[in-house]
Amino acid sequence: MSAAPGRSQASSHRSPQGGGIPLKRWLLFTTLALAGAAQAQSIPVPPMAAKPDAATFNYDLQPRQIAEGTWVIEGAVQDFSRANGCNIINTAFIATGAGVVVINTGPSRLYGEQQRRAIERVTREPVVRVLELNLHPDYFFGNQAWADRPTQALAGSIAGMQAEGTAYADNLYRLCGDWMRGTESTPARETVLPQTLQLGQHQLELKRLHGHTADDLVLLDHRTGVLFAGGLVFAERVPTTPHADFAAWQASLDALEQWHASGAVKQVVPSHGPVHSGLAGVQQTRDWLRWLTALMQESAGRGLDLGEVLETPVPERFARWAAQPAELHRSLTQWYPRYELRVLGAPGAR
Amino acid sequence: MNPFIQRRRMLGSGLMAALLPAVLRAQDDQTGGDPLGSMQYPSLREQTIGKATAKFSDAVMVKGPAFADDAMNVPLLVDARGLDKVGGGVARIRVAVDRNPVRQVLDFEPLRALPMLAFRIRMEQASPVRAFVQTKDGQWHVGSTWVQAAGGGCTVPGLTRADGSWSKTLGQVQARFFNNVLEGSRRLRVRVMHPMDTGLVAGIPAFYIEELQLLDSTGQAWWKLALHEPVSENPLITFELPPQAVPGLRLIGRDNNGNRIDAEVGA
Repeated sequence: MSAAPGRSQASSHRSPQGGGIPLKRWLLFTTLALAGAAQAQSIPVPPMAAKPDAATFNYDLQPRQIAEGTWVIEGAVQDFSRANGCNIINTAFIATGAGVVVINTGPSRLYGEQQRRAIERVTREPVVRVLELNLHPDYFFGNQAWADRPTQALAGSIAGMQAEGTAYADNLYRLCGDWMRGTESTPARETVLPQTLQLGQHQLELKRLHGHTADDLVLLDHRTGVLFAGGLVFAERVPTTPHADFAAWQASLDALEQWHASGAVKQVVPSHGPVHSGLAGVQQTRDWLRWLTALMQESAGRGLDLGEVLETPVPERFARWAAQPAELHRSLTQWYPRYELRVLGAPGAR
Repeated sequence: MNPFIQRRRMLGSGLMAALLPAVLRAQDDQTGGDPLGSMQYPSLREQTIGKATAKFSDAVMVKGPAFADDAMNVPLLVDARGLDKVGGGVARIRVAVDRNPVRQVLDFEPLRALPMLAFRIRMEQASPVRAFVQTKDGQWHVGSTWVQAAGGGCTVPGLTRADGSWSKTLGQVQARFFNNVLEGSRRLRVRVMHPMDTGLVAGIPAFYIEELQLLDSTGQAWWKLALHEPVSENPLITFELPPQAVPGLRLIGRDNNGNRIDAEVGA
């Protein structure tokens, strides 16, 4: 068991008879086998403009215009922490000429309030609709600030918010402390169906995909070519997988790629990671999911224990990503046991 | 962890020796010399090995995750092969957790297996995790690691208890050998379906596997394992056995309610 990857030095120091060699050979093989798969290019991560201030609980939200009538409020490309106020999500808004559409409301009541003020500083148009792209807490925990507006999400997302909201709140209070003051899980109130909305000059196509969660809402603004990809695309950040269906996720990335191939997509706004053009974010996410699932499958087939797999070094192309290795460890802890059970076979006499 | 422990120990002992006379030193150190500085260590040691003395040893490796993402399934690896040539080799390994409501985790006699083990436990809060290893000369050696956890793992019901499915699968065994994960060794992974209730959830008394052993057709034991409440639901345990296949192996055991576990372990 001391033959776990990444520990060869320590184990040879402690137990010279330990045999780390076959595993290393296997890892090399895995690396070579995966080298043929498309590997994504890196995406520049601009320095964080916002300077969150924990003394005043000011997120310092700074809307940045990325297209006509379209602003993003970028979160830190990091994991949750008190230093960043747990603001790691990109929210956005579109001033359509027939009202403002807000996308995602951030990790806390305070965020929602500050988001609302930041939007009011940019446009005098009223907010007509608040969309939440999936059930995860940083997509909807600012909803208390939008109590007088229609907050909307796919049906499965709303059910998930209702079922898991309290547990999310416990976790975020623990991680983020006083940044969460006064926050109560407030799920979206209205179900939104996949459809195309015509608002002012903007034609907004809402599509239901799945794989990151059971209900992933994506929004393409056909006027500007901005795709709000939600949690299906992560850029320069390890994807989170608590509600993942890996095969469905890959199929949804195919769908996004086809959308891109049609020429309709000019910029991609992922929920986590820098805004970018092209397919780099889609490819990074795909590359990661392939590597992760192959690692779990092959490790289980070799009989490795979870504790050993947790020590797998990540390939260099992923090593610089935000939330590494914490997010990898969360994914392995949740999903690897299922791969282990599959190879153990049916119970009873063998 | 290793260099960190060494540095802590060097710093600690250096400072203490410089500043305090020997008598005061013994009185003031309420951690029993624990390199992780845990005040619970002396009582844990006494609970685990009685009045015997124990040496902290880098030859006993305990590995856990830096952070326990699932406090009900915290993966631990214990490896005492570093003691193979010390005191006649390893006789037993006892695992215990300083800050769990139930602190004793398991007691392993490797017999013909290598003195190493992988398994999962529940943790109620962040804590040092210890392996007390006794060599055949009677000496105890202790290895430790620190596991961070949000906690709560001991006081919520497991999945099969929550959905009631445990009664349909109780005592079922899955087992499989894997060759050469360690060179020249044969790995056995065993999973036994059991809720492993800690007794710390209201209305659910402690209900857990107490004994497991691997027997060959002549009735000889290849290893023996005593489990306690903190071992995770449906325990999945990894052993290292000699490379040559042995026919007729059986996994035999019982829980604290007297339910028997008895399954063939195919070669």
